[in-house]
Amino acid sequence: MPTVLTRKTRFDARSLLATMAEIRAFELACARLWEEGLISGEMHLGVGEEAIAAGVMAHVREGDAIAFDHRSGPPVVARGLDLESLLLELLGDERGLCRGHGGHMHFLAPEQLAAGTGIVGATGPVACGFALAAEHLRPGAVAVAFFGDGAANQGALLEAFNLAAAWKLPVVFVCKDNRWAITTRARTVTGGNLLQRARGLGLRAQRTNGFRAEAVWAAAGEAIARARDGRGPTFLQARCPRPEGHFLGDPLVRLVRQPRSEGKAMTPDAIAGLTAQPGAARRLRARALGRTSRTVVQLGAGQLRPRRDPIARMRRRLGAPVAASVEHEARARVDLAVHHVLEMTENGRRG
Amino acid sequence: MAEVGFTEAIDQAVEQAMARDERIVVFGEDVEALRQRIFLRYGPRRVRNTPISEGAFLGAGVGAAMGGLRPVVEIMLVDFIAVALDPLLNHAAKLEGFSGGSWQAPLVVRTACGGGYGDGGQHEQSLWGMLAGIPGLAVLVPSTPADAAGLMLGALEHSGPVVYLEHKLLSEMWLEYLGRGGRDTVAFDVPPHGARGELPEPLAPVPLGQAVRRRQGGDLAIVSLGVGVHRSLEAADELAAGGVDAEVIDLRSVAPLDRDAIVAAAQATGRVLVVDEDYLRGGLSGEIAALLAEAGVGAAFARVATEGTIPYARGLEDRALPNKERILSAARALLGRREPSQAAPPASAQSGLVP
Repeated sequence: MPTVLTRKTRFDARSLLATMAEIRAFELACARLWEEGLISGEMHLGVGEEAIAAGVMAHVREGDAIAFDHRSGPPVVARGLDLESLLLELLGDERGLCRGHGGHMHFLAPEQLAAGTGIVGATGPVACGFALAAEHLRPGAVAVAFFGDGAANQGALLEAFNLAAAWKLPVVFVCKDNRWAITTRARTVTGGNLLQRARGLGLRAQRTNGFRAEAVWAAAGEAIARARDGRGPTFLQARCPRPEGHFLGDPLVRLVRQPRSEGKAMTPDAIAGLTAQPGAARRLRARALGRTSRTVVQLGAGQLRPRRDPIARMRRRLGAPVAASVEHEARARVDLAVHHVLEMTENGRRG
Repeated sequence: MAEVGFTEAIDQAVEQAMARDERIVVFGEDVEALRQRIFLRYGPRRVRNTPISEGAFLGAGVGAAMGGLRPVVEIMLVDFIAVALDPLLNHAAKLEGFSGGSWQAPLVVRTACGGGYGDGGQHEQSLWGMLAGIPGLAVLVPSTPADAAGLMLGALEHSGPVVYLEHKLLSEMWLEYLGRGGRDTVAFDVPPHGARGELPEPLAPVPLGQAVRRRQGGDLAIVSLGVGVHRSLEAADELAAGGVDAEVIDLRSVAPLDRDAIVAAAQATGRVLVVDEDYLRGGLSGEIAALLAEAGVGAAFARVATEGTIPYARGLEDRALPNKERILSAARALLGRREPSQAAPPASAQSGLVP
């Protein structure tokens, strides 16, 4: 059945904001639980990716599959996975989505065909496989792969681009372009540009604005509709901020937010490195210092401000009173879920 | 002599070796930040960030080594080596063999390994058994800061490719980076003598393939490496309180493996318990059983290892990794001191190897 081009359908700003606000509230709740030591190990937040997740996932329906990376909150919340089940998983509880075995990098929901991985770039090949399975078993269904611009230098992902193009698979590759590769500035380790790269591998490639949910919604709608109709894969590149750094506790974020105390701790080592003999010539050491400071400056510039906050932009579009009530409801849903799981796990600890 | 941390010891060894040997370069993801002092000292020509392209940059490390450099290639976590196994398995490890011994790739792959901080089974593996199974690779697993520095110097002088594994639970730097993140609300069971210690002055290379005895004892030999050494020492102290003297062998190197030390310990005690954080099957512990069988040593044998995918939840994780309780239970079974009702240990954790 041919799909109507979504561009002709009007987007629902209220529902996009509701999804975005729920993602933000979920991510901030994760940050609190992590700070309290209830979530262990690394915790990668998707604050800043709300518009991308909401805009893309609005078009994902039953039978479609998603493969997502270590910033797992936005896609799973937008997919509508049960918040309590997700939170219990993060708390390592046996009632969690994966019985406490997976954690945030491995949310795995077979019924929704939603699969997370902590290996950078690994979502591309998996999405190709999901798409292949869809062709056989669920005609008209699509697969979506989420990854960052840093992942676009991973061989397996580029191979997946080619595979999808060669096999004309119903895949949409969503590149969350936050300009970082872990704590390295992506442009310092990336040749050429990603749009051309994707086109060179035979993909239809399009840039969209990841700060504006409606723009992502329109671009993703068209890409997914094409994939459903058997017209092949698309690469979508959407700029977005990464205000919380690579993960919670990112030393660079701490340096930007508490320059005095954090900087003080780093200074002796830096001075030792800059002065020890033998070593590189003075101009090379100066260049090294310059690279380090540019990294810190870029991170500071990426902190969340209203102009760079996708939620704030949607709020303005929708009008403050409506936005406030939508956001309030979203926060309440998340708060209730958090409250409930803490009660459950507290009882579990006591029992 | 001042105490240093585990990672600081490795960094000092690399920094010192770079002063002497211009051919040593360091590259990997985020090294400009993670090795900031070395970066600022030796500059962006010798220390450089890579894209998240393990296949390309580890492959480039092999080529650079073939071309005359001595690269230290950092793969952030050993789990990610899966993405770049081809350069190691099919190139670095094969070069000497294929070239009839005329060409070698003196490359050090430095990578963090191990669990105990709740990062899940895709970020906490050990994998030294799998890597050591590849002919042509040396695989090192230090357990103290002094060995960490000495083995890094040894690796940098080695003629072929070396995988150098840095256990995250011993490394304050990695534990802070991946596990704590500035929080005081989490705690880890860090072995103090593994995490901090004195370095010899001057630093000297530790030869590859030489085990060291960490504890004397005639009743039982516990053979281990990395964090397992410290868990074994804790267990041995508890066994001593019950009148059992356990010897603890720290292998330090999985390939080459110190066969003589293992055989001697088995002959002296008649009981061998391998404590290995890596997977149970197809790895180091089975290799030790095989070499004892081949040597005709009549020793009772048991092993404590990681049997499945490491779970994310901290409680489940602690039970999955070798811990003191599991070691004690296996040791007591091996000594035949268990209650009769518990006398038969699970087959997966124990096997008789008495000829």
